[in-house]
Amino acid sequence: MDAIAAIVEQVRAAHAAGEPLRIRGGGSKDFYGEAPSGTLLDTTVLTGEADHEPTELVVTAPAGMRLVELEAQLAVHGQCLAFEPPRFTPATTVGGMVAAGLSGPSRAAAGSVRDHVLGISMVSGTGELLQFGGRVIKNVAGYDVSRIVAGSLGILGVLVEVSLKVMPRAPAEATLRFDCKPAEALAMLHAWGQRPLPLDASAWWNGNLIVRLRGSEAAVAEGATVVGGEPIAAPDAAAFWQSLRDHSDPFFVAAQEAIDDHDATLWRLSLPATAPPLGLAGDELIGWHGAERWLATALPAADVRAAAATVGGHATAFRARAKPAGAFAPLAPPLAAIHERLKRAFDPKGILNPGRLYPGL
Amino acid sequence: MNAPLPAAATRTAPDRERRQAEVVAALGRVLPAHALLWRREETVPYECDGLTAYREQPLAVALPESERQVADVLATCHRLEVPVVARGAGTGLSGGALPDPLGVTLSLAKFNKIVAIDPKARTATVQSGVRNLAISEAAAPHRLFYAPDPSSQIACTIGGNVAENSGGVHCLKYGLTLHNVLKVRGFTAAGEPVTFGGDALDAPGLDLLAAVIGSEGMLAVIFEVTVRLLPMPETARCIMASFDDVRHAGDAVAAIIAAGIIPAGLEMMDKRMTAAVESFVHAGYDLDAAAILLCESDGTAAAVEHEAQRMADVLAACNATRIEASENEAQRLRFWSGRKNAFPASGRISPDYMCMDSTIPRRCLADMLTAIAAMEAKHELRCVNVFHAGDGNLHPLILFDANDADELHRAEAFGAEILELSVAMGGTVTGEHGVGVEKLSSMCVQFSPAERAQMEAVKRAFDPGGRLNPGKVIPTLVRCAEYGRMHVKRGLLAFPELPRF
Repeated sequence: MDAIAAIVEQVRAAHAAGEPLRIRGGGSKDFYGEAPSGTLLDTTVLTGEADHEPTELVVTAPAGMRLVELEAQLAVHGQCLAFEPPRFTPATTVGGMVAAGLSGPSRAAAGSVRDHVLGISMVSGTGELLQFGGRVIKNVAGYDVSRIVAGSLGILGVLVEVSLKVMPRAPAEATLRFDCKPAEALAMLHAWGQRPLPLDASAWWNGNLIVRLRGSEAAVAEGATVVGGEPIAAPDAAAFWQSLRDHSDPFFVAAQEAIDDHDATLWRLSLPATAPPLGLAGDELIGWHGAERWLATALPAADVRAAAATVGGHATAFRARAKPAGAFAPLAPPLAAIHERLKRAFDPKGILNPGRLYPGL
Repeated sequence: MNAPLPAAATRTAPDRERRQAEVVAALGRVLPAHALLWRREETVPYECDGLTAYREQPLAVALPESERQVADVLATCHRLEVPVVARGAGTGLSGGALPDPLGVTLSLAKFNKIVAIDPKARTATVQSGVRNLAISEAAAPHRLFYAPDPSSQIACTIGGNVAENSGGVHCLKYGLTLHNVLKVRGFTAAGEPVTFGGDALDAPGLDLLAAVIGSEGMLAVIFEVTVRLLPMPETARCIMASFDDVRHAGDAVAAIIAAGIIPAGLEMMDKRMTAAVESFVHAGYDLDAAAILLCESDGTAAAVEHEAQRMADVLAACNATRIEASENEAQRLRFWSGRKNAFPASGRISPDYMCMDSTIPRRCLADMLTAIAAMEAKHELRCVNVFHAGDGNLHPLILFDANDADELHRAEAFGAEILELSVAMGGTVTGEHGVGVEKLSSMCVQFSPAERAQMEAVKRAFDPGGRLNPGKVIPTLVRCAEYGRMHVKRGLLAFPELPRF
């Protein structure tokens, strides 16, 4: 019996028995969302080659494939996943990447995971093997189910295979450093953002703004002159962006220590980029040109959530010893009702990753 | 129409009149008299959208003038269990806004206010009836623009763009509507206010915004949209390349992408299309070419200079027989004039045409053109071709005379064959025009019964009563059984070798 058939079988049996399943790939994001529970459904058995079509800008990969392997295969043809998904460990899988929906430093410029999902094969909560979307960039046939599943933390289905849009790696990049306060950093980023500059990623932490330009040689060279700052040597820059992407840089290391030693929470605040510095106590890293703010703090969850909501954003308890106020910001009533009905539409007995996104879902 | 209409559809004319009187009376309590149309001569302008082959009279057309009235119309229809078909400018090409004969058409055309342009955040918040082009016009003083540019952008509304997930010639580089919308504010079928997405780059929970975009008005009614704006490129240049063989042109498209270039636009026209548009716009197209590629670079002056040269090098290496680069803006616009007028030009060479919209992997472009040539002989009809070659989205225009019933029938068979081949090649039956009513049968080919049932379940999760635009997008089991074509496995799992022609 092949691996897909075995997963279909396992889901069907669980559906019949009403037995909760915990869908798990490389396990690199066990900490994310609400606590996982249920019998293990291991997606790392879904291995195989990725089908990469460089001239189509599309790759189709089995869900259990390791992300680092996929990226290595794309790199052979000078292509990449433009949204720079985090690889918290080398075991991170393609399916886990799509299910978690997390994007990296370039997200504000290059788009998110869901922006690059073209199609999926999945097993629904009743054990049906279904395909949505496809392997072409433009596709409006039916509802965009594959993009609802992206970021759904496995509550709608078990991903079996995904097709993703890939992009050529930019021929040139430059990383520049500035000494500044957060408000100054945001002002500079918003001013640059209004001009046709190849602004790609940015990070402010501890008095430093680091900016990455990406694009053609000519555009990056011109852009670097306009932006100014202190150039960072390419190897140092590459190491910095990689550690930021994979949450292994000093900010995230210190955040983990604060969690371990002081029962702090690492919050991910997703805000309108133009929101001012919130001035919350704790250590802060600002990414995505202001649209993503990481905060390691022991402040009460209600204070953090209220501060994010006041400026039109939301706060996720990303890493913590416990998440008593919930991992994700609560939903408005009409949205919560749609969530409940959607969950039932895909998984009527509630067996797939129950409670992982919200309690009761 | 999609097979089983609500049972009420079989009601007699007096029944329909009674129902209409009931609905009009109820809506009359929430709308001023001039905002409610129900006499036949008033509803005729709403009987179809851009797909004129399908026409229906709704029970009534509601033209609310305030957000409150939209909610009241929806709540009223919800209470009376009346279907609601939301409508923007009516430029859609797949019948997505075709009225329901026992429903209310909800026109959002009066909501044409630009609520806010925020240059610092690079966003525009606009009401759903604002025209696509009007957004870029309003953003222009800030040197910003809204990227998705469907051909109908002068007339089509942002609400309709969101409903259809519209594309355009720039979407290879700048994305579809999906990639350029941050937030949609609207109403559920019951008239309850709801917001999808937000002012941040993501929202908590499931990505319902992605579900609503492209849902053809079946999941929610859109009232206000916040879009992302981009800085205007400093300059743009278009390269026009001729090929004496469509296969060379298809290979050139792949070669451009393989070279790591993402053109701002990459379009193809075949010889007959070129002839048709040349006699319409007199742009100086190469009439001897088997295919013409238009390839655009935009950005800063130095970057464009460099990229355009690389594009020209690749095209030359792919056996282009003639290469011309625009030297100024007037010339660039002239290069594009033919492509942008492909549809009206086709209207001049044939009484009617049927526009297909499938997407296929780029590498299959030449195979598809060869196959279409064979289908022309088989169905004894002509077909002219324009492609969004950069993203593999085809617009074959099948020429026919609708007054000849047999020609219409053959044109439909021709179109269905193109769509089926597209699915077999690993593509999709619609790249940007939507399913509407036009491609319901083709959905039977692309999706299995279980997949269609899952989509129907998604619909019910948003709209439990099935009241928003019923009968569109998802074909019924009965319809698929009558259509009689097998669901074609798209090979996502098996990676089969593609058929070659």
